[in-house]
Amino acid sequence: MNRRMYLVVLTLLTLVLAVGCASSKAGDSNTIRVGVNYELTGNNATYGTNLNDGLQMAIEEINQQGGVLGKKIESVILDNKSDATESANVSTRLATRENVIALLGPATSGATKAAIPAAMDNKIPLISASATADDVTLNADGSVKEYVFKTCFNDSFQGVMMAQFGYNELGLKKASVLADTTSDYAQGLSKAFQETFTELGGEVLSVEAYAAGDTDFRAVLTNLKGKNPEFLYVPGYYEEVGLIIRQARELGLDVPILGGDGYESPKLLELAGKDALNQVYYSSHYSPMDDSEIVAAFKEKFRAKFNKEPDAFNALGYDLGYLLADALERAGETDSEKLKVALQETEGFVGVTGTLTIDQFHNPVKSVTIIEVKDGEPTFLMKLDPEE
Amino acid sequence: MEQVFQQLINGLSLGGIYALIALGYTMVYGIIGLINFAHGDIYMVGAYVGYALTTFLGLGLLPSIVLAMAICSILGMAIEKVAYKPLRNSPRISALITAISVSLFLQYTMMYFVGPQTRTFPEVLKSSSIRLLDGKVVLDIKNLIIVGITVVLMVALQYIVKKTKMGKAMRAASLDMDAAELMGVNVDRIISFTFLIGSALAGAAGVLVGVYYNTINPLMGSLPGIKAFVAAVLGGIGVIPGAVFGGFALGMIETIISAYGGSVFKDAVSFIALILVLLVKPNGLLGRTLREKV
Repeated sequence: MNRRMYLVVLTLLTLVLAVGCASSKAGDSNTIRVGVNYELTGNNATYGTNLNDGLQMAIEEINQQGGVLGKKIESVILDNKSDATESANVSTRLATRENVIALLGPATSGATKAAIPAAMDNKIPLISASATADDVTLNADGSVKEYVFKTCFNDSFQGVMMAQFGYNELGLKKASVLADTTSDYAQGLSKAFQETFTELGGEVLSVEAYAAGDTDFRAVLTNLKGKNPEFLYVPGYYEEVGLIIRQARELGLDVPILGGDGYESPKLLELAGKDALNQVYYSSHYSPMDDSEIVAAFKEKFRAKFNKEPDAFNALGYDLGYLLADALERAGETDSEKLKVALQETEGFVGVTGTLTIDQFHNPVKSVTIIEVKDGEPTFLMKLDPEE
Repeated sequence: MEQVFQQLINGLSLGGIYALIALGYTMVYGIIGLINFAHGDIYMVGAYVGYALTTFLGLGLLPSIVLAMAICSILGMAIEKVAYKPLRNSPRISALITAISVSLFLQYTMMYFVGPQTRTFPEVLKSSSIRLLDGKVVLDIKNLIIVGITVVLMVALQYIVKKTKMGKAMRAASLDMDAAELMGVNVDRIISFTFLIGSALAGAAGVLVGVYYNTINPLMGSLPGIKAFVAAVLGGIGVIPGAVFGGFALGMIETIISAYGGSVFKDAVSFIALILVLLVKPNGLLGRTLREKV
């Protein structure tokens, strides 16, 4: 046999084997198959892996307790390599070939948006636990995407909550805003904050902007200082915010600084320095220092399994697993259509990251965790419920 | 009023850093007529050398600056020998394109070795501030040190260029390279020396920026590099006092723009300033008009 023939035969054999494997996997009807699409390698691998760790831990626990509807949950885990195209491929494969009842993930908003068309076309519910962009669950015309849900709050929701926190809890009435103009995330937060804060009766003295990658904020901060604000709202990512906080304190601008979950990184401390990181508050999904019963139990189990402290992504992944089980139980049978209806009707689901109710836009209404940074240490301050 | 003072301080610190980088551009251009786009990346290398020295060896600010200057000057000379010297008699565009590739080479080699994430300097300088005018104007000790070191380096440079034999040879070579060579000036050595000094200044600027802003990354050289180039052209490229003037002017312009609420446009405004200056005075604000010899 010449070499070319040999190659052709080998390829054919591999194909036959692969098809054989795929079909044998789908056959078992004693399990509920769930598709998991996460960033397990690539730039966003930490998010994806941590979410998946939390999720798998929840599924394991559920199966140990007898599963859902008398069946065990079986997850089909595929890696989207932190790439939007790959995420769409993975999503299509899960929806069409793997015979799954629901799609879980991906972690980032971009990858989630890429995964959505496959879910919509095949009428399989997709739930992301961490895609915070406002428009993930919405079509361009503002109507809701029928099969898409998320369990983390929207970007703009954080802005609303921090305005309430500053006005009601800290009792401060005059704010200045310094926002990253180059990110949709920061713009969303900034807009929501300003609207809510003025509605509450507060005054936004000035709104300044910076661009991601800037390192010198002294001119803008000097300007803000001249207006004598009672606090600053600085939505953005830790890379610039760290420098902003440091330079603000160096210029003698010692008022509280409020922000969003973009602050959550050990780099914040490195960039800003211990002395500057006081009176800094930010909204987050979860805090390991929250000592409520459900969080304590989660932490203990997580530590026993992974030998480390769980972070927000672990917690969000864990909640995702339990929400799925809860919705399946309420749906009564393993049917994607019924599961979708059950997800829509979710009300008062108690999770580690807060109690959540799915609203008409398939976003959760849930409490926000407020973290206060003291001498560089993030500490749990309170859980804040949205005002009705 | 207090705000004006505060902004003045902010602008001077920023301008000092631009000026240090701009000097390297202007010197190299003055001698061989090459816009060395890799210059901003030498500044980046300087920042990383400073980071390594302060973090792993625990050196203080001054020894780190001196060592970073030494390492950057060797790097600058090596780049000249390897990349630019073989092209000295080729069309300008070849050298320019080579400069851009050297720039990319430095950026991504550094990224390969240290990773793309930002790094933070250890606290080499304790931040202690002096408060003026009833505490309304804050003068950080870091501002003073940055402006101080910048001024010292510039005075040293001025001394080298004006008072030493090497400086005389440099000036001669920049005026007319062939004539200088005929008069017995070793032009190769002069060009090496120019790269040495320019790169050393960029290295110093790198460490200062690392200490001042506390954040460095492998791509940090590209924007300040281009800004410094703008500063050099603004003051008149090839003229040493022009680079200093251009650097401080650019720092001031950016600060003023930010102060009046245009912080988002500050990069755009620096380039608009460049275009305006080039339209009105094509040789830069301090540039001489040289008549083309036939």
